[in-house]
Amino acid sequence: MSAILNPSRIALVGNPNCGKTALFNLLTGSRQKVANYAGVTVERKEGQFSTPSGRVLRVLDLPGAYSLLATSPDEAITRDVCMGRYPGEARPDLIVCVADATNLRLHLRFVLEVQRMQVPMVLALNMSDAAGRRGIHIDKAKLEQALGIPVVETIAIKRGGARALLDKLDSMTLAPPASLPAEADLHAEVNRLLSVAVTMPSRTAEIDEVLDRWVLHPVLGLAILTAVLFLMFQAVFSWAQPLMDGIAVLVQWLGNAVAAMLPVSPLRSLLVDGIIAGTGSVLVFLPQILILFLFILTLEESGYLPRAAFLLDRLMVGVGLTGRSFIPLLSSFACAVPGIMATRTIQDPRDRLATILVAPLMTCSARLPVYTLLIGAFIPRRSVGYLFNLQGLVLFVLYIAGIVSALAVAYIMKRIKRTKVEHSLLLELPSYRMPHVRDIAIGLWERGNIFVRRVGTVILTMTVLLWCLSSFPTPPAGWAEPAINYSLAGRIGHAMQYVFAPIGFNWQICIALIPGLAAREVAVSSLATVYALSPHGDSTASQLAPIISAQWSLAVALSMLAWYVFAPQCVSTFAVIRRETNSWRVVGVAAAYLFALAYLASFVTYQLARMWT
Amino acid sequence: MRLSDLKKGAMATVTTVDNVTQQDPIADRLRDLGFVRGEPVRLISHGPIGGDPLLVQIGFTRFALRRSEAARVAIAAVED
Repeated sequence: MSAILNPSRIALVGNPNCGKTALFNLLTGSRQKVANYAGVTVERKEGQFSTPSGRVLRVLDLPGAYSLLATSPDEAITRDVCMGRYPGEARPDLIVCVADATNLRLHLRFVLEVQRMQVPMVLALNMSDAAGRRGIHIDKAKLEQALGIPVVETIAIKRGGARALLDKLDSMTLAPPASLPAEADLHAEVNRLLSVAVTMPSRTAEIDEVLDRWVLHPVLGLAILTAVLFLMFQAVFSWAQPLMDGIAVLVQWLGNAVAAMLPVSPLRSLLVDGIIAGTGSVLVFLPQILILFLFILTLEESGYLPRAAFLLDRLMVGVGLTGRSFIPLLSSFACAVPGIMATRTIQDPRDRLATILVAPLMTCSARLPVYTLLIGAFIPRRSVGYLFNLQGLVLFVLYIAGIVSALAVAYIMKRIKRTKVEHSLLLELPSYRMPHVRDIAIGLWERGNIFVRRVGTVILTMTVLLWCLSSFPTPPAGWAEPAINYSLAGRIGHAMQYVFAPIGFNWQICIALIPGLAAREVAVSSLATVYALSPHGDSTASQLAPIISAQWSLAVALSMLAWYVFAPQCVSTFAVIRRETNSWRVVGVAAAYLFALAYLASFVTYQLARMWT
Repeated sequence: MRLSDLKKGAMATVTTVDNVTQQDPIADRLRDLGFVRGEPVRLISHGPIGGDPLLVQIGFTRFALRRSEAARVAIAAVED
């Protein structure tokens, strides 16, 4: 046939856990764009690659789905895009249906369902190496014949593992596939296909059996989970330190270099005290954020996260959540925004709303700058026992405080809003997999990028704004007090002080809270700016810790730590709640209850700490 | 017998999945995931608290099901 296709747009579809995203990463490398589908926050991943003949193709990585009878927004998008029904998305010219070669009983049923959509398609038998190792033999020719579509083998985790797919894309002709009649029994057809084309000696991988016996053990399993989480938090604090010190030194060097080049002027002050000191003091936390995401991505890739959900489901149900909430809530430890977005995998609306409302209580990485600053300045670096240090323990307690209050809030919500509808779990525990370096690296790159862009946009803007607020209007000649007291920021801070005095916040903290509404970590750069501009502080953010430890009492520091456990100081979180729930009311409820809890917690902490110290 | 009554480590074959309400998306999904007549199932493990959820193997796949979900699946014991 001469009608060689020209598919300019292809779409990857497949069951969850089929290795679809790994294949997408292999095809596109770093040439990918992550955004959202219009109107919803389901992640849209598009990339580009070229075939051996040099044609450039655009590829869309559609969300994983078990069935076109969609039970979640993700699955609905996959169905609608493939059918050309999704507004703003062109129907793909070709579907590459990805199936895990070691789990064809489940995945082939979906392949048959996708065939019914009448879009030209190719079946990619992914993880064909793992299938071979487990003694699963697939007769490609027979399967091709029985299905009536081209079949290729891929190994998404190996360089060149998509070779057969790329060659096929160059040589195949585009034709809608034949499909089974609507009343056909797809399960019977899968069994027929398996008996025709597949021989498989052992039913499951032995390694899964062995690992699950340990990992899912009622006692050992929970012990392993606790150990993993504890290791994660200790690592965030101790491994990142040298890198953070390095960045701090670089920032200081840059500040000094710029200061040396320019004459004393408002411009020099803006550059050195405002921009460099402000963004530098936030950028310093990049290593911690990357280490945290490194753990989360590795756990996700390895297949451990659903196991954790299995272990914790009963506990989560008890407080009105679901085992599925575990993954969004764990992601919220890095950032509530991807965490809240991940709640879309929870089909049940009540479970989903409860998870969204408590996600901001998980200690996100943006709190780390604040925690680190305060812990570093006020908690002595002392070892406790042989293994731990006091600073790490205090951090651990702060994390636990967030978790416990989230469970309590979820429980109260469950009591208030009783429903009769049954809430489902139905969670697949995929085979264990060795996490692949490239996939982790791409994930880390995406997350790091988001953080740095935030530093470059929101945080830079707020830093400049705050510098202006703190510098203007300039005091008249003969003004005896510090200049910042005359500025707008000083006046606002002084006014706010009356409200915040019962929880121990001084006017500098009050000022920092204003731009800190944009993002929690901005509070650190704001404090740096406020103190760098005050007569006491004559240098950049690196000297912030000694300044505050000299000026604040321990009670103030503890009160501020308590404030940050609860306070929803993050515009992005509100924006994502609004988008995910389509309701300003939910945003209002979240803001009101979180600020109320924050004030209450700080009040109790401050008053108690003052009595004891 | 129901899947929720299966002993740890025991095998059985699925007979039906029953809807508990008229429109039962959970039952529909169970059928799509392969809980259909004649498929062998095995109970691998229980959750640590209250024996819930159940870890069920069907085909090559392991699913965590709550007891109420597993109770929708009617099973027949296999003779071996």
